[in-house]
Amino acid sequence: MKAKKIEEKFFRVLMFLSTMFICMVLFLILFSILRSGLPYLSWEMISSVPSGGYYFGKEGGILNAIIGTLYLSLGSTLLAFVTGLPVALMMNVHLASMPRFVNSIRLILDLLWGIPSIVYGAFGFTIMIYLGIRASLLAGIITVTLFVLPIMIRAMDEALKTVPKGLLEAALSLGSTRSEISYRVFFKQCIPGMITAVLLSFGRAAGDVASVLFTTGFTDHIPTSLNQPAATLPLTIFFQLSSPIEEVRQRAFAAAVVLVIIILFISILTRVLSRKYHKNRINF
Amino acid sequence: MNSTKIHLSKLDLHYGKQHILKNIESEIPEKKITVILGPSGCGKTSLLRCMNRLTDLHPDAHLSGKILIDGTDILSSNEDITNIRKMMGLLAQRPYPLPMNIFNNVAYGLRISGRKKKKYLHHRVEHYLKLVNLWDEVKDRLHDPAVALSIGQQQRLCLARGLAVDPQIILADEPTSALDPQSSQAIEEKFMELKEAYTIVIVTHILRQAKRIADYVIFMYMGEVIEQGPVNEFFENPKQEKTKEYLKGMFY
Repeated sequence: MKAKKIEEKFFRVLMFLSTMFICMVLFLILFSILRSGLPYLSWEMISSVPSGGYYFGKEGGILNAIIGTLYLSLGSTLLAFVTGLPVALMMNVHLASMPRFVNSIRLILDLLWGIPSIVYGAFGFTIMIYLGIRASLLAGIITVTLFVLPIMIRAMDEALKTVPKGLLEAALSLGSTRSEISYRVFFKQCIPGMITAVLLSFGRAAGDVASVLFTTGFTDHIPTSLNQPAATLPLTIFFQLSSPIEEVRQRAFAAAVVLVIIILFISILTRVLSRKYHKNRINF
Repeated sequence: MNSTKIHLSKLDLHYGKQHILKNIESEIPEKKITVILGPSGCGKTSLLRCMNRLTDLHPDAHLSGKILIDGTDILSSNEDITNIRKMMGLLAQRPYPLPMNIFNNVAYGLRISGRKKKKYLHHRVEHYLKLVNLWDEVKDRLHDPAVALSIGQQQRLCLARGLAVDPQIILADEPTSALDPQSSQAIEEKFMELKEAYTIVIVTHILRQAKRIADYVIFMYMGEVIEQGPVNEFFENPKQEKTKEYLKGMFY
């Protein structure tokens, strides 16, 4: 009896320490980013593009990268959503009687998920050379779409997997076609999970460097068409942090702060929206 | 005087190598309550699921033989499976309301059949909710989520939802097993009324329930139909040894 109590206590302390450790890491990251970046985060920083070159120019801000990141993430998330949703629904509704086939699709998606983003970047770059396309927003959006697509599909799939078989059977018994069940029942039941999938993908798209390194390029300007290169926040950090000029490095830290703020905002938005659309969900 | 609604002939069901239903022969009478009785795992639920081909969902299901509904074989005919399923309402062991509000749950079947006029939908939803005695309890909160209802209310909602598709047959798989006694009684009483207009097939393992509501009984054991017949004959004068043992409560 006493041994059990000691064991219980030991694991309690262990869990507490691990939790504290995780919280501390988060706190330290936030603290160091905010300490180095927050002082430089001014209205001018987020409302103007760099002047005199992003590597040497002392003037201007990071608006080019903020807009570029938003274009890129919104575009690729939207593309990944419209291509991924039918796949996830098909896996769980149309192919419900073929679990082995669906599991092999899941395996493929998990493999794609595991491939590092630099490989997607290299792949996109190869295709671009083959087609004769230069680094541009469009090439970046397509590459990032390929990169977040497995994440999007698997996240939606995990949500759809929780729908009990009884609900599928009930809907089938009412004479619904599989497509009606997909969009009227399964999608509705899983709206919170769908929102999570979308925002997870958005976060990944916004934060990735390697896939856009070759494909989107970098520029001081705000792109006005899909054929132009675009800047992104992660690449801004990557390029400008190594600059010998103090003012340029400050822009990198400001970019890091903005990126963290975007990701935090996305996380909170996920929570709020999921809760809002939880109302009609059936709890099994 | 009894016409046959569902005629099962030489019906065999395999799940992979497992032989679930063995050479089932049965004639289920129209506008009566037929109860499928039997111990757990005897195949009674599988038999019910064959009738609207939910067995298709099983990856290794193989169904052979004939299921004739009004003379049409639903296993071989070219008729669309969704239309076949529309002819049969299903009530599961526990209610599975759709993830939408109370009104839309009942209106769902009407909407997917192309009925979209608001006035019509309102009229029909009210009709079917009244039919299952749920209207008075929910009329002020039709736009609340269906999950806000109690389990017993949800089961009646599912019945209303199934009836709204205008089926001819009601299939019920232990429809009262998750319900409290009052709710169970409400469902049983509803079935007694509904048999005027519908052919009802109920799976149960509760002998007393079968006795109370059945007109016709099919007794199954280990995937085979052991005995079947009108309820009085079945309970008062069983012919098979297995049936006698079961009725004495020697196995469940």
